[in-house]
Amino acid sequence: MTTIFGIPLMVLFGQLLLGLINGAFYALLSLGLAVIFGLLKVINFAHGAQYMLGAFAALLGLEYLGLDYWLALLVVPLVVGALGILIERLLLRRIQHIDHLYGLLLTFGLALIFEGTLVNLFGVSGSSYPVPEVLAGGFNLGFMFLPTYRAWVLVAALVVCLFTWFMIERTRLGAYLRAGTENPKLMQAFGVNVPLLVTLTYGFGVALAAFAGVLAAPIYPVSPTMGSSLLIVVFAVVVIGGMGSILGAILTGLAMGLIEGLTKVFYPEAANTVIFLVMIVVLLLRPAGLFGKEA
Amino acid sequence: MAMSDSPRVTATRQRSARRRLGLLYVGLIVLGLVAPFVAYPVFLMKILCFALFASAFNLLLGFAGLLSFGHAAFLATGAYITGFLLSTYPGLTPELGILIGTLGSAVLGMLFGILAIRRQGIYFAMITLALAQMMFFFFIQAPFTGGEDGLHGVPRGKLFGLFSLQSNLALYYFVFAVFVLGFALIQRTVHSPFGQVLKAIRENEPRAVSLGYDTDTYKLVAFVISAGLAGLAGATKTLVFQLASLGDAHWHMSGEVILMTLLGGVGTLLGPLVGASLVIGLQHQLSQSPLGDWVSVILGTIFVLCVLSFRSGIIGELQKLVKRNFK
Repeated sequence: MTTIFGIPLMVLFGQLLLGLINGAFYALLSLGLAVIFGLLKVINFAHGAQYMLGAFAALLGLEYLGLDYWLALLVVPLVVGALGILIERLLLRRIQHIDHLYGLLLTFGLALIFEGTLVNLFGVSGSSYPVPEVLAGGFNLGFMFLPTYRAWVLVAALVVCLFTWFMIERTRLGAYLRAGTENPKLMQAFGVNVPLLVTLTYGFGVALAAFAGVLAAPIYPVSPTMGSSLLIVVFAVVVIGGMGSILGAILTGLAMGLIEGLTKVFYPEAANTVIFLVMIVVLLLRPAGLFGKEA
Repeated sequence: MAMSDSPRVTATRQRSARRRLGLLYVGLIVLGLVAPFVAYPVFLMKILCFALFASAFNLLLGFAGLLSFGHAAFLATGAYITGFLLSTYPGLTPELGILIGTLGSAVLGMLFGILAIRRQGIYFAMITLALAQMMFFFFIQAPFTGGEDGLHGVPRGKLFGLFSLQSNLALYYFVFAVFVLGFALIQRTVHSPFGQVLKAIRENEPRAVSLGYDTDTYKLVAFVISAGLAGLAGATKTLVFQLASLGDAHWHMSGEVILMTLLGGVGTLLGPLVGASLVIGLQHQLSQSPLGDWVSVILGTIFVLCVLSFRSGIIGELQKLVKRNFK
């Protein structure tokens, strides 16, 4: 069997693939955080909980409503996104005029509520969501085995990321969004309904998290705590990339996933911490983040 | 302050306010001294440890405007170092163990601080959270923490090698002394010229920079003091419960200390004390009731309510009330 630095090639590529998949989730989640932060200036601490709600909604939908995977992929983001819209309208709106750290604290409280409620209803141990039949099995690429579902996750995450990028950078709605990020008061004066834009943006960011949750359901154990630990890593990814650029967030997410995968092969003890270490190095060398604009 | 106040009237008013505050502190100390005869000492010691922890956290958030989301790391570092030293070296006296744990936390605080103050606001919160999570993973794997099990049966030993801390009542007075020392240090820091500069940074950092203050150094020193005192709280807690565990390092703990401070009153000296008593008391009550499993949901709800409509906290609202009616 072919080896590189004493590591079988199969193992190396397998871990790289796992890393890339993790990276796709980092990218999706940090993208949602960046979009929300851009307009609301709030770091959505409930993002991990909303991702978890997405996965749970898919699981419960399948169990009780017979909602199949493809429908879930469409319906769940809409439902959880609607919940996001409610949160923005009823709660975040009331504190948008004060220090944005309060937004972080409010969403932290929400995360505790969501997570705690589901722990009570379903326990902390994870359940598994079946891989949809069409995507079962895999290809043998010669140098590695590629499960179809994982390939699909990568493609779907990338497509959604690029779609978001296109929406924000290349459409009129996106132009409004970017302008609102720069100067919401002026936009309001120009007759753009900024409060509506804010609501929809938060809803969209939350829907992205829920979409990631549905994608994740068949590969990670679905448990109430699946989101919180992931979110802290995503925070580190956001600090590394900076929130100034959409493509930057996507690239940083994928790159961090790969680095994590490589670490798992060569020095597994540090796999949990390598992204935080990268964050430290970036803070020392380039405090604004790799793609950050502000000093 | 009204325009018509002459300096002398202001000075008299300040003096009487200070006298009232002095009386309040004396009252609180007397209360602290008789409390173990009324309530269960271990419960009181838990409150004192968390009150110190929250006060240390509040030094950063309330007086320097820095929201650290990683203070659990300092609590846990103090707890683990002290726990490890006291269980490994039986000759070590508890006050030395606690001192080393505190210093260890302060050093960690220096490292965190150097990194985190390179960014502001929301990034500061995310960086401290990420660094604390890194420490959490470190504590799981490190050889001296007992991993998932934690450290158990940490001996309480003899204070200065002379006084046994075995009885809860003796230990209570030791913990009370530690708390009073820590609280006095914070009180002194806040009211010193250093504390005034911190408040200036909180209100308007660019202005403080333009006045010639090296704000990064001020923030770093505040961070180190806060981390050290959080470590002191953790180290003392280890002595009380004779154990150190991963729960101290979990991000939930960082959230709890924020809640204590917010509920009691950010930027008030007594707020964290009140907030810690309430949160610990609530957790204690809930754990014995059928609602025990819902603690984190209830804490989350209090969080949301505090942020929405109770941002000054209990002491902050009281202060407003007093100002409005007794001016």
